[in-house]
Amino acid sequence: MNHLLSIEDLDRAAIERIVEQAERFAEVSDREIKKVPTLRGRMVLNLFYEASTRTRSSFEIAAKRLSADVVNFASSGSSVEKGESLKDTVLTLSAHKPDAIVLRTPWAGAAELISRWCSAAVVNAGDGKHEHPTQALLDVYTLRRHLGEISGASIWIVGDITHSRVARSNILAFQKMGAKVTVAGPPTLIPRGIEALGCEVRYSLEEITGADVVYALRMQRERMIESSLPSLREYVACYQINARRLSARQVLMHPGPVNRGIELSGEVIDSPRALITAQVEAGVVVRMAVLYELLAGTPERNPSQAPEPQLA
Amino acid sequence: MASPPLIHGPHRAASMLLRDVHLFDPWRGLDARKDVLVREGEIAEIAAALTLEAKDGFELLDGKGRHLLPAFFDPHVHLRTPGQEHKEDLETGTRAAAAGGFAAVIAMPNTDPVTDSGPLLRSLRESAAREARVPIGFMGAITRGLAGEELTDMQELRELGAVGFTDDGHPVASAGMLRRALAYQRLCGGVLSLHEEDPSLSRGGSMHEGEVSARLGVRGIPSVSESTMVARDAALAAYENGRVHFQHLSCASSVHAVAAAKADGIRVSAEVTPHHLLLSDRDVLKLDTRMKVNPPLCGEEDREALIEGLRDGTIDCVATDHAPHARDEKEVPFEQAPMGTTGLETAFAALYTQLVLPGVIDLDLLVRRMTAGAALFDLPVFAVEVGQPANLTLIDLDAEWVAGEQGWESRSDNCCFAGRRLRGRVLLTIADGAVAYRERAFSVVSV
Repeated sequence: MNHLLSIEDLDRAAIERIVEQAERFAEVSDREIKKVPTLRGRMVLNLFYEASTRTRSSFEIAAKRLSADVVNFASSGSSVEKGESLKDTVLTLSAHKPDAIVLRTPWAGAAELISRWCSAAVVNAGDGKHEHPTQALLDVYTLRRHLGEISGASIWIVGDITHSRVARSNILAFQKMGAKVTVAGPPTLIPRGIEALGCEVRYSLEEITGADVVYALRMQRERMIESSLPSLREYVACYQINARRLSARQVLMHPGPVNRGIELSGEVIDSPRALITAQVEAGVVVRMAVLYELLAGTPERNPSQAPEPQLA
Repeated sequence: MASPPLIHGPHRAASMLLRDVHLFDPWRGLDARKDVLVREGEIAEIAAALTLEAKDGFELLDGKGRHLLPAFFDPHVHLRTPGQEHKEDLETGTRAAAAGGFAAVIAMPNTDPVTDSGPLLRSLRESAAREARVPIGFMGAITRGLAGEELTDMQELRELGAVGFTDDGHPVASAGMLRRALAYQRLCGGVLSLHEEDPSLSRGGSMHEGEVSARLGVRGIPSVSESTMVARDAALAAYENGRVHFQHLSCASSVHAVAAAKADGIRVSAEVTPHHLLLSDRDVLKLDTRMKVNPPLCGEEDREALIEGLRDGTIDCVATDHAPHARDEKEVPFEQAPMGTTGLETAFAALYTQLVLPGVIDLDLLVRRMTAGAALFDLPVFAVEVGQPANLTLIDLDAEWVAGEQGWESRSDNCCFAGRRLRGRVLLTIADGAVAYRERAFSVVSV
């Protein structure tokens, strides 16, 4: 694997390989010294065009646990604000010869685009509303740990599907793992044609009792401004996952950060059925596995560099 | 006294014998091997093949195996002058037109500044008189600055030679504003050429709304954004007894709306681009910015309806909507890229390769639709007829070439067909009696 650009690119075997590698790294996280020398001398560049705390720090922690050097580059306060194009930014940063570039942008296809401009391995950390593959991988990892087997499970993804890259990656990833996926939400926030991804569509939560997993998405306030929703109050009434809608046999997931009292009620967030903190924890080990998959064992991306001595 | 609508740059009237060409003019039912003599830019003689001799001062071209067609007319191009000459200018744009077999083009007014006043139009026409390789007609804006708020001085623009009016790039969103323009048309004449898009439906979308946009997470533009406006504006044209032309139809529902308007006797016409006839939103899956056009490439069923509309005459003509953009402007993520593809240099070959060769339409229909645009703007359709000015294109229908492989005449290279293997190569274009383009490898037999 040269890059991680989308779940669409991956087959089930690749997903399982990464998830199983993450399981091996989970053990590292429980050690007193949470670090292995695997990627020593390698450089991971975090290039973020959107505000992100958890994804960026999760990648940073993952890289550091593998002993890689990490450079963070945020678009605000940088040359980007002076009008530098994505291409020039990538070319400039490539001069530092990073081994991997982790990219988040508000634009679909941006990760794939920059993979043509640099020799580094590119990891898509969110490209517009398109995909967020590491989120889907960590969700598969989390679910496998809790369900044992994803195949055959019924998974409902609830909320604003239109504006969610998490939804797109997870529909694909869960289906590749053999689950049956249903998306549910307000008709104004479910894109026309989404059935083409193989999922079912529901506009109410009446049948959610049949789900094994309920995956709630973040409801953004800007959807009110563009009048995709009449009101938050109406959204809560129709789509909030609360104790009334969530049964004891179901598990609850959410990519974070949650709007407590909007898409999720406080009681379900705090209930043992919620896997939300397990998802955050999984973020680090899965991203370690992704960096490992892309960088370990491969030749140096920049052969002009002097090879680093390999330390076991 | 109104100015002539088409402006040609400096040119030398050609005198040449096109010997043993396959003359093909569907408007006149010509489909046979002929010798065609052009004298001082005028078609002087059409005779049986190999019967005419080239006299002194006449260039002799061996046309054996090549087709001589009436040159094409493009009612919709963006020449980017003034203000965006880094994308295209009058010279490069008309060079591209000639290379595609076009002998005249109509330039859109969404320039910088917008062509919305007499002095601007006058200076543009002066530039064209110095630079235009093939004659250019200029459209004036319907509203000042394309802002959709105040009418331009339409009568003055007409007197200075505006072929018609359009806010292309933008719709005339307000029905009231378009109604006033239609009423004013009774004074000034000139077709109102309409880019149909309801901004409350298109809402900053980057591609067609459908399965592909759902998959990519890119905001989609529903096809009703176009077709509801076509229906609205046909109704307004009927009410004011105006004359409107619908630009670049993209979807089945628009074709139906135009057909309904024509059936009702409303004075409407319509065009379609090669890219809407040949590509669909599936071609956007890779997020190649050359596939980002406005209106967007729609579904396969829309594409089929457009072909049917072209065939049955609901759609009157082909227009390229040649929209050059600089490389750095297109070398960005899809959602950030400007909309548009170049099209002049590939239009005929792409349509010939993908529609005529597989038998979807015949060459007769393609040539009609690539020349008919002139009539819609009250200009004569190019005729291969003795006594007429020579507007001809010589094409090798068997020649295979890869689009863009040898570069472009256009200043920009954002062509949605780049890299495709095409059949049908323009060897020579005579526009308004003068040689406007000659393929490099195509040589003169004798002078």
